[in-house]
Amino acid sequence: MGKTLSEKILSDKSGTDARAGDIVIAGVDLAFVQDTTGPLTVRQFKEVKHGGLANPQQTAVFIDHAVPSPSRQLSNDQLFLRRFAEETGCQIFEGGSGICHQLVAEKFAAPGEVIVGADSHTVTAGGLGAFATGMGSSDIAVAMALGKTWFRVPESFKITISGRFKKWVGAKDLVLHLIGVLGSDGATYKALEFDGDAVDSMPVPQRLTVANMAVEAGAKVGIFPGDNMTRKYLALHKRADKYKPLQPDKDAEYERSILLDASELEPMVAMPHAVNNVSTVKLLSGTKIDQVFIGTCTNGRLEDLAEAASILRGKKRNPQVRLIVAPASQQVLSKAMRAGYIQMLVNAGAVILPPGCAACLGVHQGILGDNETCLSTANRNFKGRMGNPEASIYLASPATAAASAITGEITDPREVA
Amino acid sequence: MPEAVLRGKAFKFGDNISTDQIIPGKYAELRSNLPELAKHVMEDADPAFVNNVKSGDFIVAGKNFGLGSSREHAALVIKMAGVSAVLAKSVARIFFRNAINQGLPVLICDTDKIDAGDELEVNLTDSVITNVTKNSKLTSGKMPEVMVDILSEGGLIPYITKHGDFEL
Repeated sequence: MGKTLSEKILSDKSGTDARAGDIVIAGVDLAFVQDTTGPLTVRQFKEVKHGGLANPQQTAVFIDHAVPSPSRQLSNDQLFLRRFAEETGCQIFEGGSGICHQLVAEKFAAPGEVIVGADSHTVTAGGLGAFATGMGSSDIAVAMALGKTWFRVPESFKITISGRFKKWVGAKDLVLHLIGVLGSDGATYKALEFDGDAVDSMPVPQRLTVANMAVEAGAKVGIFPGDNMTRKYLALHKRADKYKPLQPDKDAEYERSILLDASELEPMVAMPHAVNNVSTVKLLSGTKIDQVFIGTCTNGRLEDLAEAASILRGKKRNPQVRLIVAPASQQVLSKAMRAGYIQMLVNAGAVILPPGCAACLGVHQGILGDNETCLSTANRNFKGRMGNPEASIYLASPATAAASAITGEITDPREVA
Repeated sequence: MPEAVLRGKAFKFGDNISTDQIIPGKYAELRSNLPELAKHVMEDADPAFVNNVKSGDFIVAGKNFGLGSSREHAALVIKMAGVSAVLAKSVARIFFRNAINQGLPVLICDTDKIDAGDELEVNLTDSVITNVTKNSKLTSGKMPEVMVDILSEGGLIPYITKHGDFEL
């Protein structure tokens, strides 16, 4: 019997014939932390007393969740992480470099790798064909010390996407629709494996958006093949040598198969307070909003800013709506400046934040007031997520977010574009 | 190693209790001050919980408990509040590993059979949950061997400190 992508990668990295349901110990190509999970991880790492890092060059600290630091306590946490990086020789990415998952995509991830991070959206790197998953601090501390971790090899769902997206409909609408189909725990412990002609022609940035949200259906990984799109992306980021083709076997076994037709999809929204509480934008049009947030590891990439800028170009945000934009990395910010997107967004009335997680997790830079509503391009809309349990969050694509910033209410991008 | 038999009262929660309700991201600045952080446990789900929970009590939830963030602080503050085990219809993947890694037992069972305030007795050796108030019994499924081993050492860090490596 053939193997799924997950079974192939975990067989390779564990040196066993890994099959769904097996428990394996696999080597990790990258173990990382960020500034809100890192301090606990480092304290636990020191407790293990295993000596140094197994692989300093394959260990990374990203300072991205609260940058520049909004408080003395968080500044001290960040100092603690900087000292750890100095002591151990691991890689460190300073505040403003970008969101960990974007930097992992730009600088580390490649097909066939195993990547673990102390952040649930580590799944993002599945867009490049990596078996990438989030874990807690203890697991990452041990992965940093031993260079390996244990996995239960997941059963896989095959998600086949055919057809062509309509204009102003894309990866975010696809993944919101998929989470609506699966439910918030419909893929718990499972791997989502993507294929189909719409996937073959989907560039890596959009794949990263889809993989990023696999965890919102409970999945362990959301994984794409290593193909021509992967090769192009790696070449663009000067890592062409990291490319290798990666496809599942034709006779691999899947627990469930889901077929989606991209041409039938409409702009989608996740309503408060659950990611699987989805609706088409049309059904919600007219819903008043107070803030629009464009950015995050889901939709803060160059292509996302381009999409928003092309809708906001020459237009103004509604005066009742705050428009906040945070590029996912310094590279994204630079390229968006050169392409003129940042100027277009600023002209439309946007506040540009430094590259980082920004308003997504409720620490700073856009905390909502009581009974306020935000339309965000992020991946989570749980109660309290943006710092206030009395506020509401809707999730949508950059196109829908940009269109809604103009009108002040949830708006189908095709109505203003 | 957690005690083999746990006794306490049930605190009931619904489905899909996220890590943002267990310990909100806005308290990131307290994450290196765990006793202060723990004062906010379950705050956005039940603000009274932290004042009412007593050592040994249980969190009894519906499906998909602990979805969302990988923050291990979620399992950690639940344990610090004195909760001796989490009982749920199902738990999210990362929370499950985190709880076991913190030495916090998780039992999967039909929690509809438990009401708020019921007195429970949980036997970790045979995974039998006795509802003393209702005079009934529930059983929980088995965890993978590796998780049983980690839990019996009190968590992953003590496990690796003792064994030096994974022993499968």
